[in-house]
Amino acid sequence: MTAKATSESTWQQDVIDAEGPVLVDFWAAWCGPCRMVGPILDEIQTENPEKITVLKLNVDENPQLAMEYQITSIPAMKVFNKGQVEKTIIGAKPKFALEQDLADYIG
Amino acid sequence: MPRGYHGLNCPGANIAQTKRGIIVRKVIIIGSGPAGYTAAIYAARANLSPLVVASSVEAGGELMNTTEVENFPGFPEGIMGPDLMTKMQEQAEKFGAEVVCDDVVSLDVSGDIKTVTLGRGETHEAEAIVFATGSAPRKIGIEGETRLSGRGVSYCATCDGFFFREKVIAVVGGGDSAMEEATFLTKFASKVYVIHRRDELRASKIMQDRAKANEKIEFVWNAEVIDVLGEDAVTGVRLRDTVDGSERDLALDGVFVAIGYDPRTHLVHNVLDITEHGTVWVDGRTSKTSVPGVFAAGDVIDPTYRQAVTAAGSGTVAALDLEHYLAARGDAGAPAQDAALIDGLPTPA
Repeated sequence: MTAKATSESTWQQDVIDAEGPVLVDFWAAWCGPCRMVGPILDEIQTENPEKITVLKLNVDENPQLAMEYQITSIPAMKVFNKGQVEKTIIGAKPKFALEQDLADYIG
Repeated sequence: MPRGYHGLNCPGANIAQTKRGIIVRKVIIIGSGPAGYTAAIYAARANLSPLVVASSVEAGGELMNTTEVENFPGFPEGIMGPDLMTKMQEQAEKFGAEVVCDDVVSLDVSGDIKTVTLGRGETHEAEAIVFATGSAPRKIGIEGETRLSGRGVSYCATCDGFFFREKVIAVVGGGDSAMEEATFLTKFASKVYVIHRRDELRASKIMQDRAKANEKIEFVWNAEVIDVLGEDAVTGVRLRDTVDGSERDLALDGVFVAIGYDPRTHLVHNVLDITEHGTVWVDGRTSKTSVPGVFAAGDVIDPTYRQAVTAAGSGTVAALDLEHYLAARGDAGAPAQDAALIDGLPTPA
């Protein structure tokens, strides 16, 4: 299972009301580093299907959410738990570094 | 690729790990900008089957963060930076280069056979290395800059400009990349200050003219950014006048730093000779570093020109130099592959 897409219309059920931690990757097609980190997040999802849900939010198509969560740099990855942001990771990183950042959830 | 990801086609873990002392490649190329990929094209066409270690998150190099490239010969209509790099990768792979999207975490070039260890832990060995790691955006080096990085401080206008719609922002710097970023950012921002330490720009005339003609851009001359202000997000910068030393604050929503680049040499400090400019030393117009069998190309050896085209040319030089090097080794005795076996190198734990 790779990471699925979410959007403004499904945000409430996908992210806010979700059971368990949800990592949202705020990305855009024009962002080179986002394109590199996308497949890494897919791998993290595939390897940890029970521990975390990884979702991708296209900021071009969902500008309201990008504004609401004060995104000023992408890729930006936020871990939501019970509707609250628990962790923010900004910028593309190698897989091992992302796994370290997410150790509380997937470790 | 699914879901609209259309970056470089980059295998994550498909490259078989070579067994120490059993399979030794001819050449490993570290870096995947114009220098790395051009070296790969030449080396692949010479049947050297290069392995390109392209980086896990920065494959394609600095051009992946640019928009239109207007000065690469052969593209009169211009080409998008990421498209150019995708084509270079395709061209290298067409002739037999293997590309792995991982990072080199350590490098041992002391022996006859060079060893490269990747982020995932695999090791690869080769008779020669091309070091083409390019350069990284320079930081101003002030506290607020680090603290607010990604929170209004950015090094990539094409990545982050989108988030500054109708905002007031500043670009710090006076070179071509600063002018390009400032001009690009006027698509989004209501106002773009260009803050520069001197009273004239380093940028090329065409880039200067473009920026100066843009009514959203205002130049702040003779000013040095001494702090970035804000708690959780940028609210402004503190400037010091470089002529009279006076200080003042400028209210801003974002700061884009474009003050130049530093060569990425952290893997080879104390291994290769480094010049006073911080670049890897090479012998004259060759790509030969201070260590035999290690060749360097592109921005990492170039403090002056730093263009996609000069980097590509530099990659060519490295590929031709290493061909000569390998040919001379071949003449001198047994192929390196056998030598490694005879030496009976221990297998890794």
